[in-house]
Amino acid sequence: MKTKILESVENKSLREKTPYFEIGDTVDVHCKIQEGDKTRTQIFTGTVIGRKGRGMNESFTVRRMVGNEGVERVFPVNSPNVLDVRSIRSGKTRRAKLFFLRKRVGKGVRLAQRHSSHTVTK
Amino acid sequence: MAMLLGKKIGMTQIYDESGKMVTVTVIQAGPCKVMQIKTPETDGYSALQLGFDDVKASRIKKPAEGHAKKAQASAKKFIREWRLGAKDEPQYALGDEVNVEAFSEIKFVDVSGISKGKGYAGVMKRHGFGGFPGSHGTERKHRAGGSIGSHASDRGHGGNLKKGKRMGGRMGGTRVTTKHHRLVSIDAEQNLLVIKGAIPGPSGSYVEIFSSRTRPQS
Repeated sequence: MKTKILESVENKSLREKTPYFEIGDTVDVHCKIQEGDKTRTQIFTGTVIGRKGRGMNESFTVRRMVGNEGVERVFPVNSPNVLDVRSIRSGKTRRAKLFFLRKRVGKGVRLAQRHSSHTVTK
Repeated sequence: MAMLLGKKIGMTQIYDESGKMVTVTVIQAGPCKVMQIKTPETDGYSALQLGFDDVKASRIKKPAEGHAKKAQASAKKFIREWRLGAKDEPQYALGDEVNVEAFSEIKFVDVSGISKGKGYAGVMKRHGFGGFPGSHGTERKHRAGGSIGSHASDRGHGGNLKKGKRMGGRMGGTRVTTKHHRLVSIDAEQNLLVIKGAIPGPSGSYVEIFSSRTRPQS
């Protein structure tokens, strides 16, 4: 069981406002990259195929195709190194985990577009 | 130098300033009362006796109550000594309160507590022995410790086992000190010390926290 005291310690590391996106969205993840003593922002674009965990452990997986190779990156939702997540296109999905996309190749990886209000936020 | 008594709350993860995730243990430390000051004249050595966590009023024993009264405190559940060197002057007076502020300048801490009991453990778990292979003809002794001595390998003990031979037995439930934990943050409001890494004992157990004696505080 997690005590209130533990939660109060964790809460300092949690974001006040988490960026809004849904499973199946194509997102731009802006992440901070440290190169030597320079920091820069790298954008990773792909489809959100799952979200798991609670609180400090919450993370989401973004999948994209690079050439013919699938690349998946897992980002912690509350990491200060994830600067922003911008939803650029919503996908129509029926499930919470889109692991079936891993078996698909070529045009099959595309999801039907869903038109909703949340895509144009911020 | 600083010392506090506290209660292990549990472990979690937080992000530090550089955005890295750190595994931390949260300790509710203090406020402690100085219950007694021991001096070379009266006790043969100098120390501060700290007390932490009040005993429920209905469970206070008379001797404990009397002892606490001298420091104008209520009886405490957890009492430990902060041993001072011969030349050290105690920084606190009898009845003073010691809280997490005492650690504000400190970067590394050592923590002592009673480790979790592991029961009767074999040599692999208890002493880190290698055991035997899973296959290649090994039979019925995959986790055995191997030979403990020959028929007359007396080593000066006349055919007996050498004393201190590492074997299976009770493991855990003993006092363990873990050293050089980085002090990640202090919460003066809730009396919390957040330190990096794991400390002995289950959550809810009492621990002693010292400023690190072997690692410089810079």
